[in-house]
Amino acid sequence: MLLALLLIPFLTGLAALVVRPPGLRRALLPAAAAAHSAVCAAAWFHPPAPAGHGWLALDAPGQLFLSLSSGLFLAAACYAVGYLRRETQAATPPEDGLGFEPVPEAIFIGSLLWLLAAMTLVAVSQHFGLLWAAIGATSLAGAPLICFRGCRRSWEATWKYLLVCAVGIALALLGNFFLAVASAGAGAPARSLLLPELLAGAAGLNPVWLKAAFLLLLVGYGARMGLAPMHTWLPDACSEAPSVIFALLSGAVLNGAFLGILRIQQVCGAAGLGGFGRELLVLFGLLSIVVAAICIPGQADYKRLLAYSSVEHMGILALGVGLGGGAGYGAFLHTVSHSLAKAMLFLVAGHILFLCQTQLAAQVRGVRRLDPVAGWLWIAGFFAITGSPPFGLFVSELVILQAAIAQHRWVVVGVYLGGLALIFRGMAGVMLNMAQGEPDPRHARKDRTACLLANAPPLVLGALVLVLGLYLPPGLKEVIREAARLLGGT
Amino acid sequence: MLAELLLHPVLVLLVLTNLKLLGSSQPGSCIRATRWQGCLLGLLPFLAHSEDLTWRLAAAGLGTLALKGFVLPSLLSRALRDADTTREVETPAGYIWPLLAAMGAWGLAFWLGEQLPLAHAPSNLLVPAAFFAILSGLFLIAGQKPAVSQVLGFLVLENGVFTFGIGAVPETPVVVELGVLLDLFVAVLVMGIARFHIHGESGRREPDPWPGLKD
Amino acid sequence: MSWTALIPPLLALGFAPLLPGIINRTKAKCAGRDGPPLRQAYFDLWKLLHKGAVYSPTASWVFRAGPVLGLAAVITALAVAPWGGFPALAGFRGDWVFLACLLGLRRFLAVLAALDTGSSCAGMGASRAIHFSALAEPALFLALAVVARKTGPYSLAEMFASLSPWHWVQSGSALALAAGALFIVCLADNSRLPVDDPDTQREPAMIHEAMVLDHGGPDLAFLFYGAALKLWVLGSVLVSLVFPVHPGPWWADALLALGGMLALAVVIGVVESVMARLRMLMVPQLLVGATALGVLALLLIAR
Repeated sequence: MLLALLLIPFLTGLAALVVRPPGLRRALLPAAAAAHSAVCAAAWFHPPAPAGHGWLALDAPGQLFLSLSSGLFLAAACYAVGYLRRETQAATPPEDGLGFEPVPEAIFIGSLLWLLAAMTLVAVSQHFGLLWAAIGATSLAGAPLICFRGCRRSWEATWKYLLVCAVGIALALLGNFFLAVASAGAGAPARSLLLPELLAGAAGLNPVWLKAAFLLLLVGYGARMGLAPMHTWLPDACSEAPSVIFALLSGAVLNGAFLGILRIQQVCGAAGLGGFGRELLVLFGLLSIVVAAICIPGQADYKRLLAYSSVEHMGILALGVGLGGGAGYGAFLHTVSHSLAKAMLFLVAGHILFLCQTQLAAQVRGVRRLDPVAGWLWIAGFFAITGSPPFGLFVSELVILQAAIAQHRWVVVGVYLGGLALIFRGMAGVMLNMAQGEPDPRHARKDRTACLLANAPPLVLGALVLVLGLYLPPGLKEVIREAARLLGGT
Repeated sequence: MLAELLLHPVLVLLVLTNLKLLGSSQPGSCIRATRWQGCLLGLLPFLAHSEDLTWRLAAAGLGTLALKGFVLPSLLSRALRDADTTREVETPAGYIWPLLAAMGAWGLAFWLGEQLPLAHAPSNLLVPAAFFAILSGLFLIAGQKPAVSQVLGFLVLENGVFTFGIGAVPETPVVVELGVLLDLFVAVLVMGIARFHIHGESGRREPDPWPGLKD
Repeated sequence: MSWTALIPPLLALGFAPLLPGIINRTKAKCAGRDGPPLRQAYFDLWKLLHKGAVYSPTASWVFRAGPVLGLAAVITALAVAPWGGFPALAGFRGDWVFLACLLGLRRFLAVLAALDTGSSCAGMGASRAIHFSALAEPALFLALAVVARKTGPYSLAEMFASLSPWHWVQSGSALALAAGALFIVCLADNSRLPVDDPDTQREPAMIHEAMVLDHGGPDLAFLFYGAALKLWVLGSVLVSLVFPVHPGPWWADALLALGGMLALAVVIGVVESVMARLRMLMVPQLLVGATALGVLALLLIAR
């Protein structure tokens, strides 16, 4: 079953390179996504057996992240079909006329599917080396997607993305080496980086090397995840990449890197160094929130705005895990609702870009008049992403706040609340103005059929976020509890 | 015995190639330095584990030698030649600061080496040498703007990681072998350089990697 | 103190002008010329000593005192310099600082004399000389510190006398790095090629030559002789480091050390033949690079 999960997207990705007719090739995307989601859903009812000598197994955090990736991919795949169709119809020449050609569609679809395969591997791998390779593969598979439009600026953004991710990945590899050195005296017969074996022999791990390994993995995967000082690639890549790609990157791939950090935190906790890791996570989390709170107000480009919002939410995730206790539960809940809400916002943003043909927030007016559904979704998305009731993010942010107050960490509480308030104010200024007012007739374009195709996936995602705020299914709650328990929370 | 005697000088040479990379401003000589570095790195498994050399380790060494000593530098110099930027590049970091930074990094690397003692290290210089390569790679990436320097910096960073991996983690070769993925990154980055230039206006201008982007 | 301590200073006083001769001969051979005779430096000194000196009316006693005091400083340095494992005439703890001090004093006096003339060329040369020697100083100290740390005693002659080939087997890389740093310092301090071109006729490219433009007659002879002695002193430190073989009998030691000095002169000649002068902008980089080598060597030794 696990192998099927991996092979479905991988093989369809290969097929996408071979298949000639564009219609059929595009159809591969939702087909593979649907098959993947079906297998993934089945895994909720019949837990899959470990495969590959214990290297591949599905535990609670893995299941959570896998399902998120699969679901988001399904939504993104449906949206992408429409996107590709109208993109090839429009086929505008590159803005600066430098003769960069766009990435071929076959490679685009293939990379998208391989991205899914890599994300699946991230979720199911139980071996630190394999996890590392999978996270590296998500970075590589993302590159052709970001420079899809093929203009000079998108190449530059891709370059920055690749460089920062490559450095992060290299540091993470060093962290893995350190982990191997730390486990040298752990008593296990062979030095293995399998998660269960490391957890079992955690007491014998060399604490100094383990600390160094944690630091390197945190910085390395943190760069991939977009934690604060290493977040610089995120806004640039985001403003250049197609929105549908960033719906996926922001909603699922960043989470994958976060899973890498969670795994090593799990080992640290088992080795009695949980406090060390948690303090660092709190630090990076607060830093991310502060950076986002500084950069969001006055942001001119609404896609960059969303990227900074991703930085903020990654910070909240790190903060939640760092606080531990009940906040761990809140962090996992936050992962779910943030992914859904952010993916929905990016899809709507892509549609707004199509309607108004500009990424400058100041030039976008009256989305509600242009396309009422998109306009209302944009407003709802704003309230959801800033953590207003009744959406899911409100619950999870409240849980994390509760934990911080319960631990009497007033500085954390102050920075957290202050950051959230600033971000609410900043995003309100930009996003609400876009929805209201009279549309500018010079930019606006009307296309009923496109609206229909583009609005369906975000509508579903938005509904899910709303539901999460009102009612949490017991099965999901159980998995989230289990995941938080593995991290040492209650 | 001979291998042990040679290990130390090889590590010192590795460090000196990094110094050369930090000090030099001509892409051509920088690439030559990375070529040397790759060759030295390929020798490491044979010198560090001369007594318990396994086939996998030997293969890793030879593969490193071929890949980092010949393939990647050749790719890089071809990309440069196509792009016609073999001349000296302006280094915003100046001529002296990189060297002063190298001395600082060298001290830091030794300090880190003392903080992280390795039980069965083949040489006590191994960890500092690896850290020094990593730090100088980071410096090259952060301090110098041309795209070439950044790729070179990443290559150096990667070499540092490998130095540590080959020297200290021979028992779990899988993790070390997975590191080939990093070389893939280098290849993709080099391809990026080639594309930047081939499609650039004249190819003469050193690409400012992100002129239009702001934060 | 045994009588053998007198041998190195006497040999130095006698043979030092031979070194520039050998360097020039090597350069000529590399370029396919015959070149001047080996004793050319002696002839030049003889000729200069028989000339009169011309002093500018604006120059003060500083200008006249510079060459004499500078020569005195270098001759004093001979008393502590190591050479072929012989005991020093006046070795004491920490005399390597004294040695560096004396060499610095010589440069300081030369610079004062150059500034005293008020000539723009001399001033430019003085400024460059000070800049570069300030950068070369740390490298010299670091290289000497490496040897001191390796061997134990803190007196120059003693520490080089106790250096043996075994030290090279033990920590060859550190000593090689120190030797490299010392070689660069030796080239820079003696105004040799990658830093300064001793043969150049163009004032803007000069460093040391520009400083001595206004000296003539016996003053110039003192300056030349002092420069040759300085090359001998720094060269003897380098040779003692690279070639620490002391068979025992004093005549064998002396012959070996003399051979080493001549070989060093040949090496410098070859370096001068194959290298071009560096751009002024790049010279500090070379010197700081030498310092970096010294730091590296010291860290290697300190573990």
